Amino acid sequence: MSPDFIAAVLVAVTTAATPLLLAGLGELVTEKAGVLNLGVEGMMLVGAVGGFAAASATGSGLTGVGVAALLGMATAALFAFLTLTLLSNQVATGLALTIFGVGLSSLLGKPYIGMPLDRLPPLNIPGLSDLPLVGPVLFGHDALVYLSLAAVPAVAWFLMRTRPGLILRSVGESPEAAHALGHPVIAIRYAATLFGGAMSGLAGAYLSLAYTPMWAENMSAGRGWIALALVVFATWKPGRLLLGAYLFGLVLILQLHAQGLGLAVPSQWLSMLPYLATIAVLVLISRDATRIRLNAPASIGKVFHPDT
Amino acid sequence: MRLRLEARGAPSAAMAWATPPAAVLATLVAGSVLFAGLGFDPLQSLYSFFIQPLTNAYGIGELAVKGAPLIICAVGLSIGFRANVWNIGAEGQLTMGAICGGGVALALPDAGWWLLPVMVVAGAAGGMAWAAIPAFLRTRFNANEILTSLMLSYVAVLILSYLVHGPWRDPAGFNFPESAMFPDTGMLPVLWEGTRLHAGVLLAVAVVLAGWLLVSRAFLGFQIAVAGMAPAAAGYAGFRGKRLIWLSLLIGGGLAGLAGLGEVAGPIGQLRPTVSPGYGFTAIIVAFLGRLHPLGIVPAGLLVALSYIGGETVQIELGMPVAVAGVFQGMLLFFLLASDVLVRYRVRLTRPGELVA
Repeated sequence: MSPDFIAAVLVAVTTAATPLLLAGLGELVTEKAGVLNLGVEGMMLVGAVGGFAAASATGSGLTGVGVAALLGMATAALFAFLTLTLLSNQVATGLALTIFGVGLSSLLGKPYIGMPLDRLPPLNIPGLSDLPLVGPVLFGHDALVYLSLAAVPAVAWFLMRTRPGLILRSVGESPEAAHALGHPVIAIRYAATLFGGAMSGLAGAYLSLAYTPMWAENMSAGRGWIALALVVFATWKPGRLLLGAYLFGLVLILQLHAQGLGLAVPSQWLSMLPYLATIAVLVLISRDATRIRLNAPASIGKVFHPDT
Repeated sequence: MRLRLEARGAPSAAMAWATPPAAVLATLVAGSVLFAGLGFDPLQSLYSFFIQPLTNAYGIGELAVKGAPLIICAVGLSIGFRANVWNIGAEGQLTMGAICGGGVALALPDAGWWLLPVMVVAGAAGGMAWAAIPAFLRTRFNANEILTSLMLSYVAVLILSYLVHGPWRDPAGFNFPESAMFPDTGMLPVLWEGTRLHAGVLLAVAVVLAGWLLVSRAFLGFQIAVAGMAPAAAGYAGFRGKRLIWLSLLIGGGLAGLAGLGEVAGPIGQLRPTVSPGYGFTAIIVAFLGRLHPLGIVPAGLLVALSYIGGETVQIELGMPVAVAGVFQGMLLFFLLASDVLVRYRVRLTRPGELVA
């Protein structure tokens, strides 16, 4: 294997991992506040189509990214209104959000199928980006890649080192105790859910503006669900989520390039890899029930009503 | 003045029955806004969507043809949902049922009358086997069944795609990714000439009756309800939680497999890369809309089936994207979940500062 090949693989892994990392980090914060939003796939798709539409209308990729984040937040707000204000079942509402997002995105995306679009431009750093090998691997990416990487320590610092982060975690562990201390449980959960929506929207934008700059129905192909599984895999720790996302990036790339490497395996078997790998890591990590219990937010998925 | 939610002592039965029709009504209103936003005449669109398909025999037959798999899947899922077992991989179990049942038909093209019963058993067994994987992973390794059953759906669809592109492709099929047609003995007979209404509809009726007996008359149904509403109480009463997880998933998977078999041995007649327009996922909506009760699932299934047919009609008549059906289905579930709050809570107006009991 030539160094050029290895550099190309590393670049590809980064691009495949970025949407998983973005969506996963958002969901991690949401879940830390005790809210389980299974609508990641739907929010990603709405973000992807909205980002694409905005970028092709304005010609500006960054506008697309912003619109995608806002749309992700809007769909998350719908989820939050149902689950936090109207106290609906979080699992069922999350499923509804995914079904709705899939339908809405294909409805809105109809005119954009097959339309070409310029890829989100890389942030060229003069000098560094032109270095051989290291340049493209480390310094040749677009803004969203760096945003996703910067978000990992930022989220970890916020959750573990700041007072608002502590309050957010307390809301996820025991909303009753947090409520008794006077913290606005519902408002905090709204904020955490909206953050998750914005990050899912960004993940969608990355898919339709950078990963494959086009819109196709259902283009997330289960990545939202993989991101949900990665949060469990990471035992709700941002650093481990980074590891998991890049591991899965590698699996996704393996699936794309195995045939190029001369492996005579039908494409369908290779396409199964990410899904089977998801099941495998879930089993590996969940096997240790104590570990999940110690790390999972204690109130996750439960309805909180101050009177009851 | 502000709105306040007050927990009811017991869920309101009246609201439980009133909210699904209210949700349907709200969906119609939101749907006409959506149609208007897309630049179509809302009344004309709603007519094409919900009424026109029912104005001829073919449309009514289609209602039953599309309602049957939704109802069969939803009855199976509702049993799991009652026990808080979230099998959302019915689409994969349905696909596996189609593969196993269809595989039998392809392997035995000269079989006699007994072929169809064997296919039905193979289809249900295939769906059960596929659902047994998440059941095993959940009970043995504590792995979340929501994620594993969903991932297995993608895998099942890929297996079907591999089979019809490869080993099971019809050699005389002009290279289309389709299997050979099933022999006549492997087809569900058409019940109503001039429509596609087939004997699979009778399977749906049988499933609804069996499901109704299970939830209302059987001890197992009671155990499932207790496990869902009060897991701790179920534990103290000695109901074995793992057994209920297994049963919920096996029943859900077996019925989804049956629905898949009904599709390939009914309207389709062969194996193709796509054997279902997402019935397994949409059945989740049907289960909730039917209040997780087999008798409620029947009208819910027919209504959602109508949204599929309506989606096709507005596509042909008005050139609207067929995805509009999915938007309707999602909205329906949103409105239903939103109105559910009225079942468990009372809405009260309070003035600031007023003491509430």
